[in-house]
Amino acid sequence: MAAVDDRPSAAPAAPAPLPTGRGIELVLLAFAAVLVTGALALVEANQEQQLTQALLWVGLAYLALFTVAHFAVRTFAPYADPLILPSVALLNGLGLVMIHRLDLAELAQAAAVGDPPPTELISRQVAWTAIGLALFVAVLWLVRDHRKLSRYAFTAGLVGIVLLALPGLLPSSISEVNGAKLWIRIGPVGIQPGEFAKILLIIFFAAFLVQKRELFTTAGRRFLGMEFPRPRDLGPLLLAWGLSIGVLVIERDLGSSLLFFGIVLVMLYVATERVSWLVIGLSIFVGGALIAYQLFGHVRVRVQVWLDPFADFNGTGFQIGQALFGLGTGGVGGTGLGAGRPDLVPFAYSDFMLSSLGEELGLIGLSAILIVYLVMITRGLRSALAVRDSFGKLLAAGLAFAIALQIFTVIGGATKLIPLTGLTLPFLSYGGSSLVANYALVALLLRISNAARAPLNRRPAAPLPPIAEAGTELVERPK
Amino acid sequence: MNTPIRRIAIAVMAMILLLLGNLTYVQVVKAGDYREDSRNKRVLLAEYARKRGQISAGGKVLASSVPSDDELKYQRQYPDGPVYAPLTGYYSTIYGPSGLERAADGVLNGSDDRLFVRRVSDLITGRDPSGGNVVLTIDPEVQQTAFDQLQSKGYTGSIVALRPQTGEILGMVSTPSYDPGPLASHRAEEQKQAWTELNDAEPAVLPNRAISERYPPGSTFKLIDVAAALSSGRYTPDSPFTAAPSIILEGTRTPLPNFGGNRCGGGETATLREALQRSCNTAFAELSAQLGPQAIQEQAAAFGIGSTDLTIPLKVAGSTLGDIENTAQLQQSSIGQASVALTPLQNAMIAAAIANGGEVMRPYLIKEIQDQELNSVETTEPDRIGPAIDSGVASTMTEMMVNNENSYAPLNKIRGVQIAAKTGTAQHGADDSVPPHVWYVGFAPAEDPQVAVAVLVESGGDPNNLEATGGQVAAPLGRAVISAALGESP
Repeated sequence: MAAVDDRPSAAPAAPAPLPTGRGIELVLLAFAAVLVTGALALVEANQEQQLTQALLWVGLAYLALFTVAHFAVRTFAPYADPLILPSVALLNGLGLVMIHRLDLAELAQAAAVGDPPPTELISRQVAWTAIGLALFVAVLWLVRDHRKLSRYAFTAGLVGIVLLALPGLLPSSISEVNGAKLWIRIGPVGIQPGEFAKILLIIFFAAFLVQKRELFTTAGRRFLGMEFPRPRDLGPLLLAWGLSIGVLVIERDLGSSLLFFGIVLVMLYVATERVSWLVIGLSIFVGGALIAYQLFGHVRVRVQVWLDPFADFNGTGFQIGQALFGLGTGGVGGTGLGAGRPDLVPFAYSDFMLSSLGEELGLIGLSAILIVYLVMITRGLRSALAVRDSFGKLLAAGLAFAIALQIFTVIGGATKLIPLTGLTLPFLSYGGSSLVANYALVALLLRISNAARAPLNRRPAAPLPPIAEAGTELVERPK
Repeated sequence: MNTPIRRIAIAVMAMILLLLGNLTYVQVVKAGDYREDSRNKRVLLAEYARKRGQISAGGKVLASSVPSDDELKYQRQYPDGPVYAPLTGYYSTIYGPSGLERAADGVLNGSDDRLFVRRVSDLITGRDPSGGNVVLTIDPEVQQTAFDQLQSKGYTGSIVALRPQTGEILGMVSTPSYDPGPLASHRAEEQKQAWTELNDAEPAVLPNRAISERYPPGSTFKLIDVAAALSSGRYTPDSPFTAAPSIILEGTRTPLPNFGGNRCGGGETATLREALQRSCNTAFAELSAQLGPQAIQEQAAAFGIGSTDLTIPLKVAGSTLGDIENTAQLQQSSIGQASVALTPLQNAMIAAAIANGGEVMRPYLIKEIQDQELNSVETTEPDRIGPAIDSGVASTMTEMMVNNENSYAPLNKIRGVQIAAKTGTAQHGADDSVPPHVWYVGFAPAEDPQVAVAVLVESGGDPNNLEATGGQVAAPLGRAVISAALGESP
């Protein structure tokens, strides 16, 4: 609006450029690099490794990697939110430091027991980070306008469902790891297609809900002061419910199932503005959960472990029990990076990254991490508020809420707030698919935030000629 | 659509707050419980990273921690490992601690309450917390001599030396022994290999025979019979007993012969003094039958037999008389056979009590606890358990034991020092194909006892020496240890 100058004779003032926030982003990235390098130095010092200049180079390499990402943002989405990328960089960096720290513990353990040294996870995770950032740049480059994504909604939906269902249909030898059929493993490399399916399905649902919005807002019956939809319009919700139950039963993945259903529910609510959808959704979720509890042993075990992890400490409760010991030992201030024993918790680098961080960084460190997540999520939701098109709103809200729900189920699970589900902490945990997919997710969020914050018309308005000199011309109505 | 998005944002904040609240519960409210839970290994692992105190005796360091360049920070070392292993035990990262490493763990790792002040000052000054030190009552000279005596002859056995007036343990060895060093290795393979070897060793090397193995005491048990007899007031050293070479156990047809089937001296009867000197089984069978089981049991209990809660602070296996159901069993028990089983320490305590005017002192190994800077924090006070016999009986018994010792040929005797002693030769195993366990208990100087010893050599020290006796095999060892304790050259 500011660009429209309707004063006829005044000398045209050059419109002040809107702040892009790119400078802030770069400063914050450098700050994140300092924090991460410092964290790495602490780990090395506490693990009695030699403190060498190499640390500095690692820190600079990390900064360089994110500076590339920064310039991609500067080029392809100059008005994107400046806080999201530094938040991601900080989380990713801390995750790498922690994975390296756990590598050192594994190496020491192997040396002490006399086993051959295990493969270090850090090099893989660094490679995945690079791949993730490459995908991040690619998404920013390819998706210049998020609205165009809605054209491919049904393709995305179909591919998403196939990806989600694929591991469940493949033989266990390819798809099963630790009891959950989530993988496609070819040789040493494994990916979890579900992580990518999550994003594709959010795109699909956003577009679908925008197209069929009327359908879901058609008045149904009023009950308890709420407008309920007509039974026949429940179809898509029931489909999503069935799909998530399918994931739970066939792939035995409680976390993805919960995540998927929760996201669909919230997007429905945002699209329709009707609380009744949440009520219906939550009721069938609870119903489904009760049935699952009755039917499936692995769900029952999860619930029992949640209620009392110490009842079977050396069996099913070992992991959560050890995690709680780690968190308790860490206390408020933590033991210090590299000074605790987070490696005592099985899967400390993936599912239980939280307890590793909590043991060494304490409640203070975990609170800081949670706030960084909160910043990221609220910035995403803010973009959803500010962007002008419905598809963008739904997509941003869905993506931001996906992160929120995921960290809630993971952290809640690792701290015995809710039953353990077995998801990874976005950007922090070890795991290539999760990391790469989340980079794509963040790229989409940045794309939408760019649309939300960019001026409507980037070209300055052409100066109006004095009226006397004006000839007759066709004037285009401002759009 | 903005209203629902705002509500979602609020819901997300509520979720984060819920997580923070729960984290506060876990990391603040429940933190103490989790930290101190016995299943939480973190505390234990932190302990290995702390400088552990040293164990020393007479200025000699027996176990200490020196900085290492690996993750566990300190390496436990045992100079003269095998000599002291039955005392120090080992400190293994895989198999845990044993011996004093376990019994004095609180002091050594610094968590003992007596080191509290020091801990607080560590906290304030920011110094790395380290453990306290333990000083033993052991006399390195005695310990080394005792070890060499058993080891050089390849004997399986044990020697205990006590200071009669206090109960201080001057020496306590068990052979064959082991080196605790490899068990404290930071290389797991080395630990595992050592563990397997030590556990498979034959004869066993890990048990401390002085306190955890019990043996039939044989004729050394006759000291208890004499004590009971003299204490009853009905007998004197000159009371007569049968001198028959063999008697039939009461109520049975089983004969009980004297050693070698000899008569007890030249007469029809033998005095108690003579019976003890010649260790006549028949005389003591007669005596015990006259005394009855209760007198013997009470006398044994007064010397500490039957007590199962003795710690020095290593746990001492309870010595026992076993069940005495009839007179025949009593008669066998009275010569230290049947189910009578004593630890070498218990036998040394009996000798020490006689040496100490009948007063039984609680034996102990830890003389002093020191803080990190070797300042004394606590010194152990001698503790009397109680009188076993009155002092008159004790001096009579001393005189009888002097008579015993002097009846041996003057071989291996220490010039100028009068020893009071009793030997024992105890059958064990199903038949006579195994040489007997041999014993020697005694103290010296008889007029002013400074040391009491018990020597046990399993199976006569030689599987082929079926004729081994305490006097022949065990006595020279005991005399050597006594002479070391008195600072004399043998």
